[in-house]
Amino acid sequence: MRNADADIALKRLGHIMTQGEIVAGCLAPHPPHLVYAENPPQNEPVAEGGWEQLRWGYERLRDSLKDVEYDAIVLLSPHWQTYVGTHFLGLPNFKSLSVDPVFPNLFRYHYDLNIDVDLTKRIHDKAAEAGLAVKMMENPDFRVDYGTITTGHMFNPSWDKPLVVISSNRSRDYYSVEVMQEMMIELGKVTREAIMESGKKVVVLASNSLSHRHFTTESAIPEDMSKEHITSHAMHLWDMRMIEYFKSGQAQRILNEMPEFTEQAIAESDGGGLSWLLSTLDTPTYPATLHGYGTIIGTGNAIVEWPERQHSGAVE
Amino acid sequence: MTEGRLVGSYIVPVHPHTVLVPEQNEGWQRLRDAFDDAAQRIKDADADLLVIYSTTWPSIIGHQIQADPNPEWVMVDHDFHDLGSIPYSFNIDADFAEAWNAANEKRGLKSRTINYTGFPIDVGSVVALKLLNPDNAIPAVIVSSNVYANRAETTVLAKSCLDVIKATGRKAVAVTAMSLSNRMFTAPIEPKDDKIHSLKDDEWNRKILEFLGEGRLEDVGQLSRTIHKQIRVQKVVAFKPMWWLSGMNGNRNNLTGDVLAYEAIHGAGGAVVHLDPTPSGAGDKEYDEDDVEFFAGERNVLDAEDQMESEDSAPSPDEKTSSGPALWEPTTQKGSVNSEAAPKPVGMYPHARKVGDLLYLSGVGPRQPGTNAIPGGPIHDDAGNPLDYDIKAQTRAVIDNITRILEEAGGSIADVLDVTSFLVDMDRDFAGYNEVWADTLGKVGPTRTTLAIRALPTPIAVEMKVIARAPTTE
Ligand SMILES: [Fe+2]
Repeated sequence: MRNADADIALKRLGHIMTQGEIVAGCLAPHPPHLVYAENPPQNEPVAEGGWEQLRWGYERLRDSLKDVEYDAIVLLSPHWQTYVGTHFLGLPNFKSLSVDPVFPNLFRYHYDLNIDVDLTKRIHDKAAEAGLAVKMMENPDFRVDYGTITTGHMFNPSWDKPLVVISSNRSRDYYSVEVMQEMMIELGKVTREAIMESGKKVVVLASNSLSHRHFTTESAIPEDMSKEHITSHAMHLWDMRMIEYFKSGQAQRILNEMPEFTEQAIAESDGGGLSWLLSTLDTPTYPATLHGYGTIIGTGNAIVEWPERQHSGAVE
Repeated sequence: MTEGRLVGSYIVPVHPHTVLVPEQNEGWQRLRDAFDDAAQRIKDADADLLVIYSTTWPSIIGHQIQADPNPEWVMVDHDFHDLGSIPYSFNIDADFAEAWNAANEKRGLKSRTINYTGFPIDVGSVVALKLLNPDNAIPAVIVSSNVYANRAETTVLAKSCLDVIKATGRKAVAVTAMSLSNRMFTAPIEPKDDKIHSLKDDEWNRKILEFLGEGRLEDVGQLSRTIHKQIRVQKVVAFKPMWWLSGMNGNRNNLTGDVLAYEAIHGAGGAVVHLDPTPSGAGDKEYDEDDVEFFAGERNVLDAEDQMESEDSAPSPDEKTSSGPALWEPTTQKGSVNSEAAPKPVGMYPHARKVGDLLYLSGVGPRQPGTNAIPGGPIHDDAGNPLDYDIKAQTRAVIDNITRILEEAGGSIADVLDVTSFLVDMDRDFAGYNEVWADTLGKVGPTRTTLAIRALPTPIAVEMKVIARAPTTE
C-alpha cells in the first residue's frame, strides 16, 4: 500500500514537471440509438426522439465540461475490435460514412474527424515500451467504427477537438477477463503517463454499456419507449451495484469485481474500456458524478463523469 | 421449370491475406490457388446463385440478408489494415434475398433484408466473393451469423433458403466463410513464421477435415458444440456454420468431399473444402439431433451448459430469473401428489390432490419439467409478438405431463375420468388438438369439455384440467 500523501506529492511533482492533465474521465456509452434519436444533420435516418433519459444525461455531461478547457479526447471503443494487439488511428483526418452493421436502419453517419497524431504516437510508443502489442492504423480507406463516432458525437457534437482513438483488444475472448484487465490496466498506466508528458489537457472516454443483454427483436418503431426496459432484474441489480461503486468512489472494487460483473451481466466492459479508464484515472477514490442511466434495447447504460480536474492535486 | 437444387458447397477462410498478399507466404498462396480452383469448379457446375453464410458478419436482431443489388465500397480489415484495401462492387440477387426473408418468416424465423449505401460488407464475404466469383458473373446473396442463434434457428435458416432455391429453380452453391480454429497470434508476426496457433488446434482441424474429406458433413455439424469449446475463441454463443451448411445439404453424411487446401492464416486454421452433393456411399447416417422444420423460440435456451450457469445471474442474492411468471415449489398438504417429472407450478398449489377414490389434477400445460421449454414453441415472444406454434406438439406434451403426474401417484393415463380443456385459439387449434386427443386420451374414454379462453399464464395454447380415478395402493 502506498502512502496517500506521497501519492499526491508525486502527482504534484509530475504536474509541475510536465503540465499534462486529465481534466475528466467519463463512461460514455455508444448505442447508435442515441445519435439516431437526436436527428443530427450527419445521420441519414430520421427518428421521433426516444431514449431521452440518456440523451439528457449526455446534455448534463456536456454542461459539466462546457467551461473546462482541454486539447484532446482520448477514446476507447469496443466496436473497433482487434485480435492482434491494440491499434490506434494514426492519420490526421478521417472522413467517410459509417454504417452500423447491426443497426444500419438507425445509423448511417457522415463523419469528419481529426486525430491528435502526436498524442496518439506518444501513447502508442509508451505502450510498446511497456511490452504491449500495438499498431498504428495508417490506411486512409479505414472506416471508423460506429462506437467511436456515437460517443464522439454525443460527447462533443461540434467535433472541434482532436481525438485519440484506441481499438478494443479482444484479449477477454482469447484468455479471460482477468488477462484482459491486466493488459488494460497496463495500457491505462501508459496512457496516463503519455498524457502527463505531452503537456496537454485531455478528457478520456470509455465507450461502453454496463449490462449488455439485448432483446433479440426490435419493435416496429425502434424509438417506441413503451417497449424499452432492462432485459432482466438480475441485469438491473448488477448495473445498480456498479453505479453505487461509481458514486461512492470505489474504483478498486469495480476492478476487483470486473470478472463477475463482465461474465454475469454479459457486460460490454469485456472490451476493456472501463478497466482502462479507471487505470488511466489512477483508480480514483473520489466520487464520480452520475449524469444519467437508461436502457437501450434492453442493455444498461450509464453516463458517468470522474471530475479529475478537481482531484488531481494540480498546483494552479 | 425444374426444381432448384444445391450443386455444390464450399468452406473458405475469412482473412484478407489470400486476396491481398498471397505471395508473402507459401501457405497463403496454396489457399489462394485453392480458391481459384474452387472458382473454376463453381463455373463448371453452371451455378447461377452463390449463397454466403459469413461468420464475420455478426447480427443481434435476427439474421440479416444483404439486399443491395450493387453494394460498392472499399473494405479495410480491422486488424490487417496494413495489408491494403479491397475495393468491391458485387452483384447481389435482391429478389432472392427478399424471398428468403419471407421464407424465414413462414418458418417462424425473424430476419430482415439490408439495403443501404455504404453498408460495411464483412471481410469474410468480401474475400469469398472476390475470389470465388471474380468477374461477378454469378449473382450472390449474403446472410449474417446471429450471435445468439443456436442449432434450431440456424437449421431453419438453411431450410427456408432451400425452399426458395427449389421454388425458383436455381442451381445454387452454398459457401460458409469461416476459420476452423480461429485463434490468431495476438502480436504481429513475419509472414514466413505463420503456422497454426497450437498443436491442439492443428489436430482438431485435421480431424474435422478428415470428416469433411469423407463427406461426413452432418457429423461435423453435430460436433459443432465440441468444436466451439475446443478450438474456437468464445466470441459468440455457438459455432454454427456447419449447422447451416449441413442443413443446406439435407443433413447428409454421404457427400463427396475434397479438401483443396489447409493452411494457417496468422495462426487461425484456413481451409478450402469442396463438398459435392453426389452421394459417395461412405458415411453412415446417425442422427442424435432433432430435425427441425420450424423455429419456435429456442433463442433463450442457450444449450452451451457452461454458458447457462453464468447467464443472467444477479450479483446477490443468488436469484434466477426467467421470462414469464415465477415458478413455485408445489405445495404438500395431505393427499398432495407432486412429481419431479412434471413442470413446476406457477403458483402456490400441488400437481394433484387425492380425495377418497378420486385424484384431482391442477391445470396441466405443455411446459417441460426442468427446462420449462414449450414443445411446439411458445405462442408469443417476450415482447408479446405472436409466434407460429405447433398445437399438436403442445397437446401431446400436455398429455405426457398428465401421464407423469398420474404415474407419480401410482396410476396411469388409463385412470383419467373427466377432462376440461382450455384453448386460447379455438378456430386455429381445435382440429389439431382433437386429432392428438383421438390418438391418446380419446382411446381411454374420459368425458370431455373444451372451452375457448383469452389467455393462459404462460405463452401456451392449451391446458387440461383432469379428474382421475385414484390408484388403490396401500
Ligand atoms: Fe456496443
